[in-house]
Amino acid sequence: MERKGLVFTVFIYASALLLAVLILAPVLWLFIMSISPAADLSAKPLRWWPQEVDFSRYRMLLSTVENSAGAAFVASLYNSLRIAGMATVAAIALAIPAGWAVSRTPTVGWSLSMVIATYMLPPVALAVPLYMGLAWLGLLNNIFGLALVYLTILAPFTTWLMKSGFDSIPREIESAAMIDGASLFQTLRIITLPLAAPVVATSALFALLLAWDEFFYALLFTSDLRAKTLTVAIADLAGGRVSDYGLIATAGVLAALPPVLIGLVMQRALISGLTSGGVKG
Amino acid sequence: MSGSWMTTRAWLLMLPLLVVMISVIGWPLVDTVRLSFTDAKLVGTQGNFVGFDNYAKMLSGSNFQRTLITTTWFAVISVAAEMVLGVLAALLLNQQFRGRALLRALMILPWALPTVVNATLWRLIYNPEYGALNAALTQIGLLEAYRSWLGEPNTALTALIVADCWKNFPLVALIALAALQAVPRDITAASLVDGAGPINRFRFVILPYLAGPLMVALVLRTIEAFKVFDIIWVMTRGGPANSTRTLSILVYQEAFSFQRAGSGASLALIVTLLVTVLAVAYAALVRKVAGSTA
Repeated sequence: MERKGLVFTVFIYASALLLAVLILAPVLWLFIMSISPAADLSAKPLRWWPQEVDFSRYRMLLSTVENSAGAAFVASLYNSLRIAGMATVAAIALAIPAGWAVSRTPTVGWSLSMVIATYMLPPVALAVPLYMGLAWLGLLNNIFGLALVYLTILAPFTTWLMKSGFDSIPREIESAAMIDGASLFQTLRIITLPLAAPVVATSALFALLLAWDEFFYALLFTSDLRAKTLTVAIADLAGGRVSDYGLIATAGVLAALPPVLIGLVMQRALISGLTSGGVKG
Repeated sequence: MSGSWMTTRAWLLMLPLLVVMISVIGWPLVDTVRLSFTDAKLVGTQGNFVGFDNYAKMLSGSNFQRTLITTTWFAVISVAAEMVLGVLAALLLNQQFRGRALLRALMILPWALPTVVNATLWRLIYNPEYGALNAALTQIGLLEAYRSWLGEPNTALTALIVADCWKNFPLVALIALAALQAVPRDITAASLVDGAGPINRFRFVILPYLAGPLMVALVLRTIEAFKVFDIIWVMTRGGPANSTRTLSILVYQEAFSFQRAGSGASLALIVTLLVTVLAVAYAALVRKVAGSTA
């Protein structure tokens, strides 16, 4: 790099500070709201830092006392976990064989292109028949029904990531194993899959994040604690008559915690996945 | 191994995926087309065939035209702002300064925050009585009296665009940064020796490396913005006075709030067609840009 003047250095640090504040301020404010006493949040002028730190809302939301705000929150948290988990496992199970097949047999590649093109479809284009279909199957307001619907988003995405992952594993390794007498499935299990493990992990993380984030289908297809997800529960809180804004903020912090932790810890893998063209929908 | 067996085997391995995709995407899409020609309700009646009535009614309605304008405005402004902010942030992060790695790590925060949490957070910030924006602006003297940012038709859409940009520009920044890091050092060094100023350097040396990845980001973000639902639903539900109602919100209202499945389906297909045309046009553009910078 070329030598830089003092003015330039000051400019760089000032911009960096500005960017850091821009990114951090809203997130920090969400957290501060969650630990500020309700009186501080409705004070004028607004108190930017709580007089005394108050973590009681976290205890309240994570309690399982029946019919409390906590019970509803914990139920939706649990629903989100189960739905995201099931949809991710199913998406990966579909994506591994399909991704490998497309990677090794370019003649069927057009079918994957068609699957990926469904990304353009707005969910509203599928919502009405899906609603009627789930109703007919008795799967409305049901975690299995919602997990099934989530495959519309997760499966194309994971298949695409898996296909690019398999592309980077040389097929000569597989041919060598086959010449040594291994069957196709032995080869895949012993040779290819272990090599593809990092890609499987990245795909699974993306799928989990997508399912955790999903709101539209959850809003339409769930109605009570049996299947309502965290995103719908938070939207209910935000749009409802909750007088304590700190409680809404606490729910937000808890819902954001898993993806933010995944994002920070898995940064390298996620960024390389993102920048290779896969972008969260 | 023969080619035809390879192909058969590939199809067999893809079968589970294709079966699932046909049942959760293919069939619903076909059924949406069928419904769009009927006057079916969401529950109860199967509906009668009404030809293109739904399309005619939806396209000629003032709701559709106004919503199309709102959606286009949202998409154009938010994506443009995300691109500019993203590239500026990437140029900054490509410089050497202390704390750079930390700042880059922070960029993942808005992206990782669930959309609904982001919408809720900004809704709290914009709160007319206790919101942080009102408090901050009055405390530094920029604002006389508290305002209802999401409650006034002339500020609500802008407030939404700001919230959407905050969440999405870091992704553009990360994509642009990865592209910047692929610019060979000796090329920038050579351009310095040749006496290129910073603007020319950006235009002729750096931009060609950025163009391809940025085009991809532009396409994906525009399609996303055109389909936008979540952030708007949580923050304003399309209000006040329908000033933030986008196409997806309109379809939701038609099909689910008013339970008119038939006309809702026709509207959904109109939106799908618009997104498809947009995507195809963009794809052609991407190919052109990729071709000219390869």
